[in-house]
Amino acid sequence: MSEQPQLLYKHRHVPGINTIDVWMAHGGYENFKKALAMEPDAVIEEVKVSGLRGRGGAGFPTHIKWNAVPKNRDVEHYLIINADEGEPGTAKDRDLMNGLPHLLVEGCLISMHAIRASKCYIYIRGEYIEPWKSVQKAINEAYEKGFCGKNVLGSGLDFDIYTHLGAGAYECGEESALMSSLMGERGMPRMKPPAAPLPMISGAWKRPSVVNNVETVSTLLPIIELGGAKYAEIGYGSPRSRGTKLFSISGHVEKPGVYEIVLGTPFSEVLELCGGVRKGHTLKTYIPGGSSMGFAPPTPLDYPFDYEGIPANTKTLGLGSGGLIVFDETTPIVPITQRLVDFYHHESCGKCTPCREGLNWLHKIYGRIVAGAGKESDIDLIWDICDSIRGKSFCALGEGAIWPVMTSLLLFRDEYLAYIRGGKDAMTDLTTIGL
Amino acid sequence: MSKFTEKDKARLDELISRYPTKKAALLPSLWVAQEVYGGWLPLEAMDEVAQHLELPTADVQGVATFYTMYNKEPRGQHAIEICHNVSCMVLGAEQLIQHCERKLGVSATGETTADGVFTLARVECLGACCNAPAVQVGGTYYENVTAEQMDALLEKLKSAPSEVVTPPQSAMPEMRKF
Repeated sequence: MSEQPQLLYKHRHVPGINTIDVWMAHGGYENFKKALAMEPDAVIEEVKVSGLRGRGGAGFPTHIKWNAVPKNRDVEHYLIINADEGEPGTAKDRDLMNGLPHLLVEGCLISMHAIRASKCYIYIRGEYIEPWKSVQKAINEAYEKGFCGKNVLGSGLDFDIYTHLGAGAYECGEESALMSSLMGERGMPRMKPPAAPLPMISGAWKRPSVVNNVETVSTLLPIIELGGAKYAEIGYGSPRSRGTKLFSISGHVEKPGVYEIVLGTPFSEVLELCGGVRKGHTLKTYIPGGSSMGFAPPTPLDYPFDYEGIPANTKTLGLGSGGLIVFDETTPIVPITQRLVDFYHHESCGKCTPCREGLNWLHKIYGRIVAGAGKESDIDLIWDICDSIRGKSFCALGEGAIWPVMTSLLLFRDEYLAYIRGGKDAMTDLTTIGL
Repeated sequence: MSKFTEKDKARLDELISRYPTKKAALLPSLWVAQEVYGGWLPLEAMDEVAQHLELPTADVQGVATFYTMYNKEPRGQHAIEICHNVSCMVLGAEQLIQHCERKLGVSATGETTADGVFTLARVECLGACCNAPAVQVGGTYYENVTAEQMDALLEKLKSAPSEVVTPPQSAMPEMRKF
């Protein structure tokens, strides 16, 4: 098995690592001091050399975002941390915030220095009360030690970090919707470039804003510590997927959990790390990167697991946010897909017609099929509705909603047919799932 | 009738001071209001927030109704929220929900028991996929929950005070006014 260096999780199991004293005893805030001694552009250069790509889902190169921010301090710049983790299957940021809150706070400070921001808002989803308390406590400790506040460490720079609690809306994980929500509005997405200015030029409150994921800014610590070039040497697969990434592995595996894995590790090894499919069962399908990335077939398994590695012929989109859900042969695919359709239907913000109406229609059709009144023509109808949402919804939610549906149709059309033809008898009693 | 005390208003002022605009303090202010009004947001609560933030009431209502965690109806002392998304689903969430429904005699659509102690609801992904099935009560997560553990938890909660989500408190030294 390939070696899995633990960079983010280096101190994960040290008792009391969530307190600033233990964190500092293990080298905490040294990387921030190191970064603070560098010019902001030099920090961005390290990130560029490291090849860091955003760990929130889209995999956009971080240095491009950062470089687009104006290089002056005439107006206030904002760093906004996206901690609105709500994708079914994804639970990595929660683990980071609960266990290693200072990793996030220190990462925020380094990022704020790099993009010349003096204020940072950490937007945490409303359900995450425990992670929020953990992060707020870490921020308080950082203020007490003088890493936050006015004239930090005599640098003449101010760094203020605030937490901002969401209130239950998956849509707010989308960059522009998150900024709307931060500004006290309904969490609905806004026009994106090229039709609108880049958020890095005119974002929250029309000021330069960078939105980064929790894991992205946390990854800055190993980058500053090792140096960008050294960090870029880590990784087995594509030259465009470097470093380590957290994967939350759930479902039918022996040891579910959050794992730090080197990008490009063969997928079969990733499965091995978490103990493989539960004993006595075989792999039916899996969702590699959070539910919006769709189902993948059980073969091949030996491809490099990174941003580029997911084989195109699986029709699955990619790595996403790293939420790997594994399903064994006992899983009925129709109710599972119905669950995801209902989730996206529930969470659609209603701003654009394809998503609002399309998902409502899908929700009704799946309800009909699972109630035993499906028609064979429903399969084509589902496909057509998905096709009408694909590429036509305002933001990625609509797109994300149809991928599990379309991939389930591509892979398990027979199961749909059996379900529909069998009527009520073929339905799965949901209370038998999990036995 | 205003329910906001001077202390509550000071809390809102502190929240406002964190943002470039008053409006931005709306979400955290609604959390405060929900706490002051005993776990839900009647129209008066939204009105009070609107007044303090100098916003049209319609704006505040529009935002409050968009987010699922601002309760528009009163809830029981303890809200049992069981995650039923795929990771929890394949590890027995549905059985757990039905178990609770039978035990409490209410439907998991947000119904409250007659004695007002428990509200039972199924919720979308809680982000605890690795430790499924997951349950949230107040601000506390319970993970890898079995039917037996659920029974023990319900028993324990019966006599426990309800847990209220308190909005973020700033750490900036000069802002610790209350």
